[in-house]
Amino acid sequence: MNIHEYQAKQIFAKYDIPTPKGLIAHSVDEAVVNAEELGGPIWVVKAQIHAGGRGLGGGVKLAKSINEVRTLADEILGMTLVTHQTGPEGKLVQKIYIEDGADIKDELYLGVVLDRAKEMPVIMASTEGGMAIEDVAHDSPEKIIKVAVDPAIGFQGFHGRELVFGLGITDKVEQGKFIKFAKKLYTLYLENDAEMIEINPLVKTGAGDFIALDGKMGFDDSALGRHPDIEAMRDISEEDADEREASQYGLSYISLDGEIGCMVNGAGLAMGTMDTINYMGGTPANFLDVGGSANAETVAKGFEIILKNPKVKAIFVNIFGGIVRCDRIANGILEATKITDVNVPVIVRLDGTNAPEAAVILKNANIENIIVASDLGDGAAKSVAAAKGE
Amino acid sequence: MSILVNKDTKVIVQGFTGKEGSFHAEQCIAYGTQIVGGVTPNKGGQVHLGQPVFNTVKEAVSTTNATVSMIFVPPAFVADAVMEAADAGIELAVIITEGAPVRDMQAAKAYSVKHGMMTIGPNCPGIITAEECKIGIMPGMIFKKGNVGLISKSGTLTYEGANQVVKEGFGITTAVGIGGDPIIGLSYKQLLPMFEADPETECIVMIGEIGGDLEIQAAAYIKENITKPVVAFIAGQTAPAGKRMGHAGAIISGGAGTAAEKMAALEAAGVKVVVSPAEIGKAVAEVLAK
Repeated sequence: MNIHEYQAKQIFAKYDIPTPKGLIAHSVDEAVVNAEELGGPIWVVKAQIHAGGRGLGGGVKLAKSINEVRTLADEILGMTLVTHQTGPEGKLVQKIYIEDGADIKDELYLGVVLDRAKEMPVIMASTEGGMAIEDVAHDSPEKIIKVAVDPAIGFQGFHGRELVFGLGITDKVEQGKFIKFAKKLYTLYLENDAEMIEINPLVKTGAGDFIALDGKMGFDDSALGRHPDIEAMRDISEEDADEREASQYGLSYISLDGEIGCMVNGAGLAMGTMDTINYMGGTPANFLDVGGSANAETVAKGFEIILKNPKVKAIFVNIFGGIVRCDRIANGILEATKITDVNVPVIVRLDGTNAPEAAVILKNANIENIIVASDLGDGAAKSVAAAKGE
Repeated sequence: MSILVNKDTKVIVQGFTGKEGSFHAEQCIAYGTQIVGGVTPNKGGQVHLGQPVFNTVKEAVSTTNATVSMIFVPPAFVADAVMEAADAGIELAVIITEGAPVRDMQAAKAYSVKHGMMTIGPNCPGIITAEECKIGIMPGMIFKKGNVGLISKSGTLTYEGANQVVKEGFGITTAVGIGGDPIIGLSYKQLLPMFEADPETECIVMIGEIGGDLEIQAAAYIKENITKPVVAFIAGQTAPAGKRMGHAGAIISGGAGTAAEKMAALEAAGVKVVVSPAEIGKAVAEVLAK
């Protein structure tokens, strides 16, 4: 689960990590009141969406007067912001953060993520703040300092020294300030089951203080149960409505651009099915994993969600029953055809537990637009043909 | 022969009396697995599925001499269960539980390594040595005995792959579902040498997916150390970057962990890489015919 910048900064505040003063606004008038309360003389008006690259997309602007705050708030609130992380459709800006301008001397980068190879969190720092870290990693990887910190020993002095010497921070007072900053961020990461924290940029002010000018945080979904305060920060409007609806039924759904709807059990087979469709000249319309406890109701729901997408020209149901019983899926398909108007060809491949029973159920139902496939390759080929109207 | 488990392996079940634990333990017993007991705190002394229930793993191990534990404990408590198994001297823990917090598994894995306990999973179908020992939730009937070893991050692709191998007239020595979480136990790099050393395994099927770099590490290892033919499929060639595909670890982030780079690395290591999982069986038949 991801949260907004203003929420990340609320969490920073709890850990005594310095940030500029700021207030969240949902309307232009509220933005102006916030700006007056902050006092100025410089404000930053920042779009709050769950995506990076907001500045380049025109969602972060500097104001030098209250009037300018009003103009910018009016411009940014309600705009559809397109960044390299939103996709071409962009995201609607519904909240803006009004923040004090900062005295920026240097822009740095600081983040914490899981290093899967080392199996421990890694602190990443760079002098190349304000740029996309992916680009820095690609163009000049030597400019990213990585310090893995084993939770069994925690953040030690040497971790801090590796960071400040790596960044070329030579002033002893500044070294101390930066190390404290990084240590607090690491503690925050662990204590909240964060998946990723990124501060870009982290600025050094003229006075030699370090301030988090931005904040991006994602959390481990599996651990949200023990963090009700973070769960409460969930912004449903930032999530895809169909994906969310699907998850309520235990389905894992992601919409894609193609024409062939997919309903599969297991994430790996679901991806493998998409790949096979692609390989055979078709395009998958979605990823959909019905999970291990699929039944008639969830299958029917899956059809409903897939069919909401007007681009879908055929549906490929590919089930390899292990725990999932194929006869249940077959009944689910029949159920779906009763509840929902399934107006496209449905290619069905059922293998594994109770597959023969399932075949009988489908045959006896004798539904016109159900096409039975013998295996994965056959099913994908038939789906591609059906989507082309063949 | 086989790797890690066989008909003589003694297995206990943590979370034995729960719904999932009971259902799958029963299936494992029916398959022929030597389930010699189970652990459910406060149910010690009871008999479940004809086997003794213990309060602690230590008691279970000292009474039954089990070396493997199959874990069905709910996600919030699974790390505790894994560490208890390590502490009690279990040699291999097979963690089926889905949805374990990453931070918990990080600690549990580190503790297991320290105590010399191997782990498989979490969030995986388990391990099966065909027609001898099933420790997990896979449909046993697919796995006919043969000469192909299988390692897979995905449960259903394990079944798909094994089924195709069997349909081509071959069979499986041992199949291991390693799971797709960000932190997992045994991976390709540890399992490949076991299959290389197993005289019955003549070919290895390796099924991976987007995210992380375990397949890249495997490619480097295969190039230097593996003489047996390897067939590989990487799921997620059509997955968009930044979207998590079901498994917590299956995400392309910062341009890394794509199917394309993994497939290229494996091909460069001399692995036969198929672009669709529908081709796994045929590819195995091809490399075994050589």
